[in-house]
Amino acid sequence: MKYLLLTLPSLATLLVPFYNVAEPRLFGFPFFYWFLIVLIPLSSLVTYLVYKGEKR
Amino acid sequence: MIDHLNWAATAVFIGFFLLVTVLGFVAAHWKRGDLNDLNEWGLGGRRFGAWVSWFLIGGDLYTAYTVIAVPSVLYAVGAYGFFAVPYTIIIYPLLYLTFPRLWAVAHRKNYLTASDYVLGRYGNRWLELAVAFTGILATMPYIALQLVGMERVIEALGFEGRGLMSHLPLTVAFVILALYTYRSGLRAPAMIAFVKDIMIYIFVIAAIVVIPAKLGGYGAIFDAAGAALAKKAALSGSKAAAGLLLTPKQIVPFITLAFGSGLAVLMYPHAMTGMLSARSGNTIRINAVALPAYSVMLALIALMGYMALAVGVHVKNPQDAVPHLILSVFPDWFVGFCFAAIAIGALVPAAIMSIGAANTFTRNIWKPFIHPAMNAQEEAVIAKLMSLIVKVGALAFILFVPTKFALDLQLLGGMWMAQIFPAVIFGLYTRWFNGWALLAGWAAGMVIGTWLAWTPAAWVPVHNVFGSSFAVYNGITAFLANVLVAAVLSALLPNTARDDTRAEDYADLPDAQLAE
Repeated sequence: MKYLLLTLPSLATLLVPFYNVAEPRLFGFPFFYWFLIVLIPLSSLVTYLVYKGEKR
Repeated sequence: MIDHLNWAATAVFIGFFLLVTVLGFVAAHWKRGDLNDLNEWGLGGRRFGAWVSWFLIGGDLYTAYTVIAVPSVLYAVGAYGFFAVPYTIIIYPLLYLTFPRLWAVAHRKNYLTASDYVLGRYGNRWLELAVAFTGILATMPYIALQLVGMERVIEALGFEGRGLMSHLPLTVAFVILALYTYRSGLRAPAMIAFVKDIMIYIFVIAAIVVIPAKLGGYGAIFDAAGAALAKKAALSGSKAAAGLLLTPKQIVPFITLAFGSGLAVLMYPHAMTGMLSARSGNTIRINAVALPAYSVMLALIALMGYMALAVGVHVKNPQDAVPHLILSVFPDWFVGFCFAAIAIGALVPAAIMSIGAANTFTRNIWKPFIHPAMNAQEEAVIAKLMSLIVKVGALAFILFVPTKFALDLQLLGGMWMAQIFPAVIFGLYTRWFNGWALLAGWAAGMVIGTWLAWTPAAWVPVHNVFGSSFAVYNGITAFLANVLVAAVLSALLPNTARDDTRAEDYADLPDAQLAE
């Protein structure tokens, strides 16, 4: 379960044809760029949740 | 030689450089330990908590690679260079899952390097040698990349020279670095990493706020960069693919570069050094959560390649894009500050890398193969000398191996480095693989990868496999060949070699046993 959760963000980066598009833009960033940038804190959040789950 | 020197910027630059030099020497007294012991010199006594580790690991993962090499690819090619972002997304979950296990077994068995662990796990000293050799070999082009970064900013200050003279400031900077690394060991870059990170943060925040404000926002930057890239592609007769989005042919190389770099980066001796000097497995887990903060920065710094296009920076060498962007938008004194941040950002990882390679050389090549009866003091002496030799090797690399993209140096090192992944990381979970089989797999990967990468003109990072229409990162192709060979031979060969580790050695240590 922990392994599945932690691989999710990496698997998302594989979906290149899905995010290799310009629209919708966010603050002027084409989708390609802001999707990958937003994925960074999301990945960190997943790791944090797994960490909290293990601590309990 | 200095007729066109930017004096204000140079003064600030030298001021900061002197500051970190003093810090580098003072660091010998920090968390006092016996620097004649390899454990103290090379791993800081394994007493670094989450904060120091964060700065230290961040310091060696984000380097001139981030500030010079990646933006230069966005400047020259566009979206393709953004592979560095999925790459950094992949690293941390991998770190979280695997490295606490490695830390635990290394702590219990007193392993300082990946090769130590591989020897203990597989009882095969030739596999140990292969892992050590790979680490030292791959470190050299990576340090060379740092040197390229430093040289770009020194040149942008206005320093001009012919022939060997042109490398004079770089050589001076490097000698100073070598001296304080020699004296203070890992404590020097750990202490300087604080200053470096704060400087880089200031530089980056200024850049991502001030430059878009001047240019009319990120939308305008992307539009201008897109237009500039489209013009480049048109000028080349659409032979060169450049643009804000990936062309269909770039998709596979994009993602294999990301995954291949991700496999490789944690295998470098310096990454091991950074990780194993942590105080506990949990320190590593906390860092896996916190380190992505650097990745966000990396993404924003990468976009400086586009800012340079939008500002209208025209440079022949794409590595000059960021320095010239800084020159064109900031006042002189702040230019000096930013350039110092970049140069120090190259020094810290160069120091950590040379220490990592030196630890490995001493423990896994010199001691087992040349002088087995060595004590801890003698180990430290050899490691200190080796840290100098690795740096000289890297300096030679830059003087004699011309490269168009500094990034290709890192990708070359990464291709080699990924070949020890099966031995190290698979080994944390299973002892099914045979040591000789892993060695054969490693050899297959190294030969195939090097053969694919080498062309008479330059090292190339990607290659079309089996006549397919798309290119794959050599690191991935070689890695797959490596795993295939290792798996087939492991199924065939009897697996009777000694294993010094037991399943429970990989579990976290009870809190009471952790050093304060």
